[in-house]
Amino acid sequence: MEPVGNLHPSTLSTRDLPWRVLWKREKCTLCGRCTAACPVRAIGLGVHRKRTMEVSVGLATKPSNLYQVYHGIDQVTDPARACIGCGLCTQVCPNGAIMALRSDEADKLRFHVNKGGEPRRRGGRRNDPGSVLDRIKFVRISMLTDPALDAGRHEFEVRTLLGRILSPEESLRAQRENLWIPPVREIYPLMVGGMSFGALSPNMWEGLQMGVAYLNEELGMPVRMCTGEGGCPPRLLRSRFLKYVILQIASGYFGWDEIIHALPEMKEDPCAIEIKYGQGAKPGDGGLLMWYKVNKLIAAIRGVPTGVSLPSPPTHQTKYSIEESVAKMIQSMCMAWGFRVPVYPKISATTTTLAVLNNLARNPYAAGLAIDGEDGGTGAAYNVSMNHMGHPIASNIRDAYLNLVKIGKQNEIPILAGGGVGKNGNLAANAAALIMLGASGIQAGKYIMQACGGCVGSEADRCNICNIGLCPKGITSQDPRIYRRLDPEDVAQRLVDVFVSFDAELKKILAPLGRSTSLPIGMADALGIDDRNAAERLGIRYVV
Amino acid sequence: MCRLFAITSEDALSPMVAIRALNAMKEGHDGSGVGLMLTDLGGELEQFRDFPILSGIFSQEGIKKLDRYMMEIGLLTKFKLSIRPSGKPPAGTPKRDAYLIRVYEYPYEWEGFSPAEIADRLMNIRVELRRLGEEDQSMVVFSFWPDTIMIKEVGDPMEVAQYLGLDNNGLRARVLLAQGRQNTNYAITLYACHPFFIQGYATMTNGENTAFVPNREYLMSRGFPGYMGYQSDSEVFAHILHYTKNTLGLGLPEYKHIITPLKDEELLRHPDASYLRNLKHACRFLTVDGPNCVIGCLPDKTLFMVQDSKKLRPGVIGGKKGRYAFSSEMCGLDEAIPDRDRKLEYQPMKYDVAYVDAARTEVQIWNQWETCIRPH
Repeated sequence: MEPVGNLHPSTLSTRDLPWRVLWKREKCTLCGRCTAACPVRAIGLGVHRKRTMEVSVGLATKPSNLYQVYHGIDQVTDPARACIGCGLCTQVCPNGAIMALRSDEADKLRFHVNKGGEPRRRGGRRNDPGSVLDRIKFVRISMLTDPALDAGRHEFEVRTLLGRILSPEESLRAQRENLWIPPVREIYPLMVGGMSFGALSPNMWEGLQMGVAYLNEELGMPVRMCTGEGGCPPRLLRSRFLKYVILQIASGYFGWDEIIHALPEMKEDPCAIEIKYGQGAKPGDGGLLMWYKVNKLIAAIRGVPTGVSLPSPPTHQTKYSIEESVAKMIQSMCMAWGFRVPVYPKISATTTTLAVLNNLARNPYAAGLAIDGEDGGTGAAYNVSMNHMGHPIASNIRDAYLNLVKIGKQNEIPILAGGGVGKNGNLAANAAALIMLGASGIQAGKYIMQACGGCVGSEADRCNICNIGLCPKGITSQDPRIYRRLDPEDVAQRLVDVFVSFDAELKKILAPLGRSTSLPIGMADALGIDDRNAAERLGIRYVV
Repeated sequence: MCRLFAITSEDALSPMVAIRALNAMKEGHDGSGVGLMLTDLGGELEQFRDFPILSGIFSQEGIKKLDRYMMEIGLLTKFKLSIRPSGKPPAGTPKRDAYLIRVYEYPYEWEGFSPAEIADRLMNIRVELRRLGEEDQSMVVFSFWPDTIMIKEVGDPMEVAQYLGLDNNGLRARVLLAQGRQNTNYAITLYACHPFFIQGYATMTNGENTAFVPNREYLMSRGFPGYMGYQSDSEVFAHILHYTKNTLGLGLPEYKHIITPLKDEELLRHPDASYLRNLKHACRFLTVDGPNCVIGCLPDKTLFMVQDSKKLRPGVIGGKKGRYAFSSEMCGLDEAIPDRDRKLEYQPMKYDVAYVDAARTEVQIWNQWETCIRPH
């Protein structure tokens, strides 16, 4: 037995870890693939001495010991290398000899992931499988008086608008007097939310862009993708595909030197500019790209040195007030593209959303407001921010929409909703619910990663190492040895599958509600929930 | 599904023409209500063409309240043709004290007011009376407008008409709109009964508008006191028409483009693409989602019919020079104008606006693919 003196407070057994590696000696061929593939080196080759007692019957031969050595897989219990449950070992094992299983009780690891006083940081999202959106049902089904539509054969106009829309009176006056009419994009209501080049691997990013281009050019679905804060590859900036891209500018301004320099050479305007003031996963905190992922390519696009962490400030440092940060910044961005490109802010869902919204309502250049709820995902954030900060999206969207209704501007400022849409796989249902609560469009990021890249992260703290560049699937890695696992063509194919199936499901929701001529924004009379308080809060039906 | 019938005729007609047409279409309504609008009046009321007429259902207490209210404003009764039925009401029809049809004289102080100012005052009085009567149901007010009478009641159209003596009380009009109700989604309330009327614009609809809630919220947030009520999802059609014409100063073609805009891809091929695209964007919350067939009447007595873009509700127009009828069923048309030229019947499709103006010479068709006559 080891001397007790070797134990220290952070000495854990495999039982104290969230994931335990189950290895079957009789199936293992000791090929070493699992240990080579494990992103966090949670397993290694173990060399064990084994003693066997040999006792023969009778007294003629004295009992003896047989000492043998055998080789196997050991799970490391060092908190820094604890198994993350990604399951890559299982995927690479030719014999099915190994798998990670969740421990049967709350782990003790959580008390020790702050070595050196550094709190836990991770990727992923809130680790809470609950979802109000999943509980919302569509209860207004068209029956005989108003026959339900045929989702498969009827024509549906599944489109939304992104851009400042003038009131009917102003619009007519502007046309009569030849005044400026703010740019408005007619787009698909589901868009790929901001995930930066840097947070995502080049292969993942390229795959998504290819998928978006295919959806637009081959299938006629005007799907848009936001860059997140990380700039945009120079070739894309100068290509005709830029029109499918929403360029994001955030507090670190990463990549904007490149973008501004590309301006004179752009063949197309981007779809829109998103000014990020906050994100749902870490409200009130800036973006974070940890040093592991800042390689030469990322550094070049972002205009920074390699190998340093890139934390964006929580606010735009050059601005000191809402007038500065919202009005002037929106106006500056509008001006950069000759007032031809919609510019809108993105904020974290918060109780102060209405203050921002009311400010935007008075700003003729504001093209919309994206609100990101607490269930939003991220490539890197402090665990405490992800788990405990933020506002649920459903009530925030509803409040924002009803506030616009009160001032009669519900059509003028489109609200985009994001943050945990489809967190449990119900993308179309969640999106439809948010639209009926008042959202004009939906931004989805994490779902896209899971469906198109095969991300294995879950709401139960599985994997979640997007921040350190070791993504087992190559989705969020910047190491070519890892991201070559992901074929961009496959990602593109999956993205197309996701959008086409989403479209079919959305129609399966719209058709029974009798809606096909326009997107049912604010059609809250169709919604019900089995919780009286939630129903009252959202202004929808209480159904049991 | 409700049954709709409207007729425009150069000779003033008895409202029974419309009632008989509804009766011919009886299979389609369940007797849960009848709504009737008369405009371009003939008979005794023709001489009061320029004076506002109050239409509604009043209890004795309501009449007293009304008199006090009108006196305060200075509106004096000029002529009455109210119906006070004495017999036993038909099954399902409540006993009422009076179906009021009262012509008022404008107050002296209103002289010199602009037509818009007068229109707003008349509407506000109607809305206020409706509000005052809502609690005890002593006053149910349908319209307060010159040259317009509205009668609404619960019950079978023919039985109600006979009970009210509409066949021999001297009511005559050149334009009639009538609805026989099939009560569906909403409780039987008189305010849910079509046609709906606001400042000279009236519509009635069959079908169901599933975009009702966003439409209603948008209209109510325009800050116009007349955009209220909404006991029926169809009321938004009348208010959108009013908004299109009165507030935006646009015409019937734009009304059609607002309630059922062309698809984005279709607009690419339209001669007015830019204008219509902006209109579609700006009026996005006024897009309806049917199926609906809308029959309406404009202040200039033009009758029109439009279909929702899904075209799932019937509607036919036919007639002869001097008299045209709009009907949700062919048998209604047969009943009202049997001697018409059937070759000239028209069933509007999803892009059409079909209308007959006050000259009553022909059915005119305008199609959404045509250019709009723009206000210059």
